[in-house]
Amino acid sequence: MIGIRRWFPGHPAARTSLCLLAAIALLAVAGPKLSPWRFDDLDWARIASAPGGEGQHWFGTDRLGRDLFVRTLEGVRVSLAIGLLATLVSLLIGVTWGAIAGFAGGRVEALMMRIVDVFYSLPYVFFVILLTVTLGRTPSTLFVAIGAVGWLTMARVVRIQAESLRHREFIAAAIALGVPTWRILVRHILPNLAGAVLVYATLTVPGMILIESFLSFLGLGVQEPAASLGNLMAQGAAEMEAAPWMLLVPCSFLVAIVLALGFVGDGLRDLLDPRER
Amino acid sequence: MRYALARIVGLLPTLIIIVTLAFVLVRVAPGGPFDQEQTLAPDIKANLDRAYGLDLSLGQQYVRYWRGLLHGDLGPSMRIRDFTVNQLIATGLPVSLTVGAFAFALAVGLGVPLGLLAATRKDRLADRVLMAVLALGIAVPAYVVAPLLVLVFAISLHWLPVAGWEPGTTRDLVLPVISLALPTLAYVARMTRASVLEVLGLPYIRTARAKGLPPVAVLVRHVLPPALAPVLGYLGPAAAAVLTGSLVVETVFGLPGMGRFLVQGALNRDYTLVLGQVIVYAVLVLSFNLAVDLLQGLLDPRVRHDRRA
Repeated sequence: MIGIRRWFPGHPAARTSLCLLAAIALLAVAGPKLSPWRFDDLDWARIASAPGGEGQHWFGTDRLGRDLFVRTLEGVRVSLAIGLLATLVSLLIGVTWGAIAGFAGGRVEALMMRIVDVFYSLPYVFFVILLTVTLGRTPSTLFVAIGAVGWLTMARVVRIQAESLRHREFIAAAIALGVPTWRILVRHILPNLAGAVLVYATLTVPGMILIESFLSFLGLGVQEPAASLGNLMAQGAAEMEAAPWMLLVPCSFLVAIVLALGFVGDGLRDLLDPRER
Repeated sequence: MRYALARIVGLLPTLIIIVTLAFVLVRVAPGGPFDQEQTLAPDIKANLDRAYGLDLSLGQQYVRYWRGLLHGDLGPSMRIRDFTVNQLIATGLPVSLTVGAFAFALAVGLGVPLGLLAATRKDRLADRVLMAVLALGIAVPAYVVAPLLVLVFAISLHWLPVAGWEPGTTRDLVLPVISLALPTLAYVARMTRASVLEVLGLPYIRTARAKGLPPVAVLVRHVLPPALAPVLGYLGPAAAAVLTGSLVVETVFGLPGMGRFLVQGALNRDYTLVLGQVIVYAVLVLSFNLAVDLLQGLLDPRVRHDRRA
């Protein structure tokens, strides 16, 4: 805790956000064990009861008497997991695509980036919806679908970096020494991309979480009885007249996570890549 | 003119890729639109498959789909009986376009002045407050804003209807348009602010001020035109964002737009409906992007020459 002030110099928001994220993650892992309820337990005696009421339902219950504290934390877990895994998928595709395009240059680069441009100009959520039709709607296929479409910006970021690396002396030296292309990519290009990729990945996670909750809100994402912030908010939105807490609880968690990740990403960018400011 | 033609021709391969990709994605799905109900008798299912051309090979289906598409025919809906995709889109599209156009106009029409205001008041109270609100506007997505607005303005204050749609009434439009516009508005405003600030730091602005031009004239004549170029470039993605948001807004407010059919179609595996809608959305966005590009070329000759090379 002593060194924490040095983590993000001049970025108190990033520090606070990091602590907040850690707290939320800890709560999401440990919280459900504190409550006597499980995420799919039905408490018939207390249906749609307000937060702080009896029966140890700290955030109240939903229409079926399920505990909202546990369900929200379960949802945080699912949403975070899908966000992280989808980012990982988009990272794999985007970095590979961008690094190859940037390193190859010439016609290959032009063609590869042209494909990215084509998809970039489309509202890609529609393609995620197409993919959910194809792959089905379980959490494990969901993050593949989201990640498979969300790699475009990553590819662009990586290509620009890789292209500038291509003209550096140490790459020319490696080529002159006869190092095979794949080895140059893996040993010399990729490590130098790590900073930019890390920054951009942090900024991607909230976007992925938003898409997941967007799909779940529409009923195209995580399915009942499993909880995600999106489907909790969808139920909350349907009940908000009588029970506003059903919307406000998951909603505040989502906003907190998305905002905090954004601040941490900004902080990381200043730290690792001061040029982009 | 040659530039415009080149751009239009350049769209064709894009369109072909989109249609092909969407077609393949939808068709490789395991299970068909008639699988979910109680198991059908084999001969009935065979009849259904034949009626919708599902018994043909994938290649034949693809050719058939293109033949229809070139005649402007998106085929019959597979789940909504007795309706063609064209009919469904014809009922939904006007609603979606109305809400979308108003939201888009609001986002740009209010976003640019707000960004300008924040830039001219940089680091003062108005700027700080505005920027904080806008940061929230970007982080909080439409599916959160929409229910919250309903909670406040429809349920607590009773100013506006909760949901619903009657053609020709403006009251129904207010909340959907606001919740759809908000994230894009925030983005446009932030972008305007950043780019105005950049231009304000340029030497020729100092010259304009030094020769005694009134501040408003400097802003309107010298700052805005170059500062708006990046904002113009963002209009394409902004339109895409508004279309995406319309899915949620239509669901929350129960508007009979296209978004509802898309969501239903995806849930029901209504191949033709989903495919047709994605194509229509893509064409909408592409033609809008094209219009923006042409406009950019018109305003800034550098764009024309760079792109042609």
